[in-house]
Amino acid sequence: MKPYRVSVHITPRRGILDPQGKAVEGALHSLGFPEVRDVHVGRHIVIETEAASDDDARDSVRRMCERLLANPVTEDFEIESASET
Amino acid sequence: MKFGVVTFPGSNCDYDAYRAVVDTFGEQAAYIWHKDHDLQDSDVVILPGGFSYGDYLRPGAIARFSPVMREVIAHANRGGPVLAICNGFQIACEAGLLPGALLRNDSLRFVSSAVNLRVENAATMFSSGYSEGQVITVPIAHGDGRFTADEEVVSELESAGRVVFRYVSPAGDVDPSFNPNGSVNSIAGIINEAGNVLGMMPHPERALDDRLGSSDGRALFESLLAKVEA
Repeated sequence: MKPYRVSVHITPRRGILDPQGKAVEGALHSLGFPEVRDVHVGRHIVIETEAASDDDARDSVRRMCERLLANPVTEDFEIESASET
Repeated sequence: MKFGVVTFPGSNCDYDAYRAVVDTFGEQAAYIWHKDHDLQDSDVVILPGGFSYGDYLRPGAIARFSPVMREVIAHANRGGPVLAICNGFQIACEAGLLPGALLRNDSLRFVSSAVNLRVENAATMFSSGYSEGQVITVPIAHGDGRFTADEEVVSELESAGRVVFRYVSPAGDVDPSFNPNGSVNSIAGIINEAGNVLGMMPHPERALDDRLGSSDGRALFESLLAKVEA
């Protein structure tokens, strides 16, 4: 087993109203960033774990997402990296 | 008849629910700590409102894995009534007892006020004391009450009469300006397919006495008492 640091990005599923993203988008427009077209606010979770390989680390975090970290009804997740620490 | 009120760390309406059934209806009640595995022979389980686990991650996401939930789910699967109020509704959805999810209010604000609900289905064990189409007043107090589900789930809920309560205007009309949180189809409360798990964001246990604003929640408990004691 080796140590891994895995990052997960969780975002509201496209098509589901994201009032937080809309509020941030409005704020960015009024701060002088009219080029902003869309904003989504989600969560970034960093997990330090142990696994036999990069694939195992990702697979384990994917199962964590399905069981707890993301809500399959409303959220999508992306496992960003599984680099050895 | 005995009610079991589950207390999670962060529950804050467990006392209201307990006092409601004991003081208002003279029934028995027990607090059930979330780490217990014993429902203490409760006929009805109440998942109360509050902020279990500080709403960390998502409301209800961590509470659903509390030890007692194994027994609550088994009780529900045996047909035992579960009344899931506010945070309890969020926990029930996360636990898969009810479909859908409760997201941040579209206003991004915590809303604490009395709302009008229309009784959409008066044939459930939780609502037989009302008449269909009746408009009742019940308080809400939540920041994450926007009911959301896949289109197919929503149409299944609608066509099967599983939407029990809907936010409406005082006249009883569905109107976006009387939808306090942006819930799809103004849905305020739903029931599972078997008809024994009700989830609702409004607080019927806080609407038991006209001196405190409304007694429209009484009929919900009376429906249950009539059904379970029958």
